[in-house]
Amino acid sequence: MFDIEKIRADFPALAQLINEQPLVYLDSAATTQKPLSVIAATEQFYARNNANVHRGRHTLSEQATHAYEQARATVAEFFNIAINELVWTKGATEAVNLVANGLTEQLNSNSVIIISPLEHHANIVPWQQLAKRTGATLLALPLQQDGRFNTQQCVKFIELHKPNVLAITHASNALGNLTPLEAILHAAKQQNTLTLIDGAQAALHLQPDLQQLDCDFYVFSAHKMLGPTGLGGLYGRYEQLNSLSVYQTGGEMIESVTLTETIFRQAPAKFESGTPNIAAVIAFAHAIEYLKALDTTNVYAHEQAIFNYAAKKLQSIDGITIYSDLKSNIGTLSFNYKDEHPYDIATLLDGFGIAVRSGHHCAQPLMQHLGINGSVRASFAFYNNHQDVDLFIAALQECIALLD
Amino acid sequence: MIKTFKEIAQSLDNASAWQQKYREIMLLGKQLPAMPEVLKTDDALVPGCESKVWMYLDFDLEENTLVIVGDSDTRIVKGLLAIVLALYNGLTPEQVINTNAFAEFQRLGLIQHLSPSRGNGIKAMVERIQTMAQQKS
Repeated sequence: MFDIEKIRADFPALAQLINEQPLVYLDSAATTQKPLSVIAATEQFYARNNANVHRGRHTLSEQATHAYEQARATVAEFFNIAINELVWTKGATEAVNLVANGLTEQLNSNSVIIISPLEHHANIVPWQQLAKRTGATLLALPLQQDGRFNTQQCVKFIELHKPNVLAITHASNALGNLTPLEAILHAAKQQNTLTLIDGAQAALHLQPDLQQLDCDFYVFSAHKMLGPTGLGGLYGRYEQLNSLSVYQTGGEMIESVTLTETIFRQAPAKFESGTPNIAAVIAFAHAIEYLKALDTTNVYAHEQAIFNYAAKKLQSIDGITIYSDLKSNIGTLSFNYKDEHPYDIATLLDGFGIAVRSGHHCAQPLMQHLGINGSVRASFAFYNNHQDVDLFIAALQECIALLD
Repeated sequence: MIKTFKEIAQSLDNASAWQQKYREIMLLGKQLPAMPEVLKTDDALVPGCESKVWMYLDFDLEENTLVIVGDSDTRIVKGLLAIVLALYNGLTPEQVINTNAFAEFQRLGLIQHLSPSRGNGIKAMVERIQTMAQQKS
């Protein structure tokens, strides 16, 4: 049974006034709010259990290590991957950088890397840098004018260019559009292409089974999945993961060190140098437990119902242009009103207690593709309700009255 | 007719609700003469994030005053810019140094617009004006 009011009560940040009006939080694509269990776990760790992991034989250290590795197991199970295929990073961005850097020795000037025009900068720039280091060619998949992929075109493009690496998002952060991954990953597999999926936006909404998805790498961000900031993860198919060269070096990741030589440990340890974000890892496991306790099917149905309700209301306002694909979307509405600047709309909405994002959403190539400087982005999560949508639309109409 | 800073402060103080305040700010922006397109060069851009702010800073040697011209592609930022211009345009370097935009924006209830997270270029603009005043004083 999906009880939205009971769920909202688990997220204390939602129950506050902003500018003297109830907060309507429509910026979950930037970061999600946190449930009480995650907040409590963070506090509990620092108040009671704080100790470093993988060192020290004292009781606290052993407890911390156990909780830390248990958290890895919880998250690995959630994604249906092996425990040693999960690397903790400081975010999805670092996870992409880790892979792009780790592939340097495997590519050369004959290599081809394919990305797409709607990627977040975090899934563009590391590949540009990799191409510069290795002399590889960087190409972008064809994207239709409306910001959607034509699956057939993408498959043909992959067959034509036979990329060594394909990095693409699971869902667009700026538009929410879902990528037709099944066909794209299948085509890539035919070419023995290494594939990386940016799951930062989609993982919360789709809760993917990564074995079934059948990609080589998948990156995600804990804070976009109810967890703390400063933590992300990288899934890598073990062979591929272990074949990456090391990214950062230091303590924790070594087998043995002399003053001239170092033997690295095997993955995932060789990518986890230094003291990790222990509290965040443990708290993130609570976020995953929270998600697992919810009825996934009903959560998704609720999100889609809220999204469709909002899309319908937004469409009915004269002068609104929506850039998001309304048929295949994780719950994000990217739009503009006439030629008004998104900054003005977002600033005025904030006056009504409505939190949205405005700007280019770290996806400048996509904005160029769409021929706009930016947009207003309202992004929904399962803790939003119909009242949020009603307040948002009413506030937007008042903003429009102020601007017209 | 361009309002003086005193007149602006008066009308913002009189605004009954925050909506009225924004209406007033956007009106100030509208009354500000538009900068000719040819002057909106990348060199004239104040590093901001979302909104574009173009600014020219000059110094009138004869009058010993700062001359500031600016424009923005957003209505609210342009209005805030009009307030900054009303505050500083035509002042001597010493007067500029003694005029604290942060304190004035605080008093007008607009201080959040000078926060770094807004990334609207207004804060950078004020800093540039103060830097020039320091150099000329």
